[in-house]
Amino acid sequence: MSDIALDPDPAAPSPAAVSRTVVVYRTKLMVRIWHWINALSLLFMLLSGLQIFNAHPALYWGQAANFDHPILAMRAYHVGDTLRGVTFVGKSHFTTTGLFGVSKVAGHLVHRGFPSWLTLPTGQDLASGRRWHFFFAWIFAINGAVYFAYIVIGRHLRGDLWPTVAELKGVPQSIWDHLRFKHPEGEAALKFNVLQKLAYLAVLLIILPLMILTGMTMSPGMDAAFPGLLWAFGGRQSARTVHFLCAWSIVGFFLIHIFEVFAAGFFNEMRSILTGRFKVTLPAAPVEGAPS
Amino acid sequence: MSGFSINRRWFGRALAGAGAAALSACDRLNQSKPVKRVVYSAEGLTRRVQRLILSPGQLAPEYQPSDISPLFRPNGSIGVDDDGYRALAAGGFEDFKLEVGGLVERPLSLSLADLRARQTRTQITRHDCVEGWSCIAKWKGALLGPLLQEAGLKPAAKFIVFYCADLIDPAVGAQYYESIGLSDAFHPQTLLAYEMNDQPLPTAHGAPLRLRVERQLGYKQAKYVMRIAAVESLAPIRGGKGGYWEDSTGYEWYAGI
Repeated sequence: MSDIALDPDPAAPSPAAVSRTVVVYRTKLMVRIWHWINALSLLFMLLSGLQIFNAHPALYWGQAANFDHPILAMRAYHVGDTLRGVTFVGKSHFTTTGLFGVSKVAGHLVHRGFPSWLTLPTGQDLASGRRWHFFFAWIFAINGAVYFAYIVIGRHLRGDLWPTVAELKGVPQSIWDHLRFKHPEGEAALKFNVLQKLAYLAVLLIILPLMILTGMTMSPGMDAAFPGLLWAFGGRQSARTVHFLCAWSIVGFFLIHIFEVFAAGFFNEMRSILTGRFKVTLPAAPVEGAPS
Repeated sequence: MSGFSINRRWFGRALAGAGAAALSACDRLNQSKPVKRVVYSAEGLTRRVQRLILSPGQLAPEYQPSDISPLFRPNGSIGVDDDGYRALAAGGFEDFKLEVGGLVERPLSLSLADLRARQTRTQITRHDCVEGWSCIAKWKGALLGPLLQEAGLKPAAKFIVFYCADLIDPAVGAQYYESIGLSDAFHPQTLLAYEMNDQPLPTAHGAPLRLRVERQLGYKQAKYVMRIAAVESLAPIRGGKGGYWEDSTGYEWYAGI
């Protein structure tokens, strides 16, 4: 194996039986720039978002907060001379001391929704959380708008992300392959597989837009400008809950995404998203459109 | 294989380096003035974009009587620890006078009865706390815009400042204060409310008078309002950011988000 693409060995017995490893330019610069700005923005927005949540660690459904009936609440109770963290989910509750409701800050148990390692490393107050959150919200939105225009005009959306009917029929096979950690090889590795396409599309077209819309619904100014937002999400408190759920579904996507990066080959995948170049083993006959 | 091991080493070092640098840099980042200026600049962008989208007369959503919250959580100060205020409250605020001054042609001194006789409005609106929760209540009060017209704003006036009775931070000795721009001051839903849910404004919610500026967050809704001043600049007022929380903790002056 080598980083340098080699011509087929002329001494090889049968060209068809010989494969060669080539480095292919797979990920375009625009996609890589978007990916990393997006990743950075989402990281800061997750940490600052959980910090904002900590100012009132409870979720409700509807226009206003029904304080007695939260969907989710992280509370602290005095038990003897210590604190116990209790997380309420609907009608159930769980002791979550150390993680949710009560966790340690500088060695002392305090009332906190999420623990300090899940919020910004310093400046863990509501005001700082809001400042960082809204700053990166703008970066995220502008970056996303540029990227979206690029994938539509540059046909990345239809050409590379949109699945064909034939691919959709292959979903069960693809699920089975993923469960066995079997990844496409050769030419097929140069394209997104169908589950990958569906996951990316779900995030790009559903989760991230929902994130922006529910975020806007929490803004009293935006509610005056677009009252339809409140109607769409059933109220400001519902929108806050959906915003929270979307944030954690992005975390879920991220964990699977990172797992797949390792499963498919960490160094090759990282090279691809950093430099655009991806190493792939191809049959001896040159593949059209794949520079060697 | 040499290419791979170089890659591996490079990645390992890069990751470890980035992690350590991020942790130690974060504190300096958060303290650094240029970084703070850049991060805080998002407020100006948000304000300009929302002003662009929001026409001056666009109303905040209004609700039905059935939507009114059974429990409206009072936040910030829930009373005023001051003999003068207690005396006013004991008298049912009969002797209360709202002072309207600053850059105005005709300073006003208005009793609650005077305010009731002015142009009033009743609205059921949602109060959005900066912490994340919301409550809905019915407010009745005098429209701020006509009061300012009556006083006659001087051309230099750009902001309306609200001075309150509550000593929010005894350590600093600061009474609560807030400010809004003229577009919000003249908005058709901007009230000095003296009734909440058909009752005189309760003490916890700012008796006798609180501001309602419905397209912004709860900390802008100053309670225990005693005095209003039209000013040209917010810079001379305590920290210069235009409000108690703005000066004390860094909340945005524009709280439309």
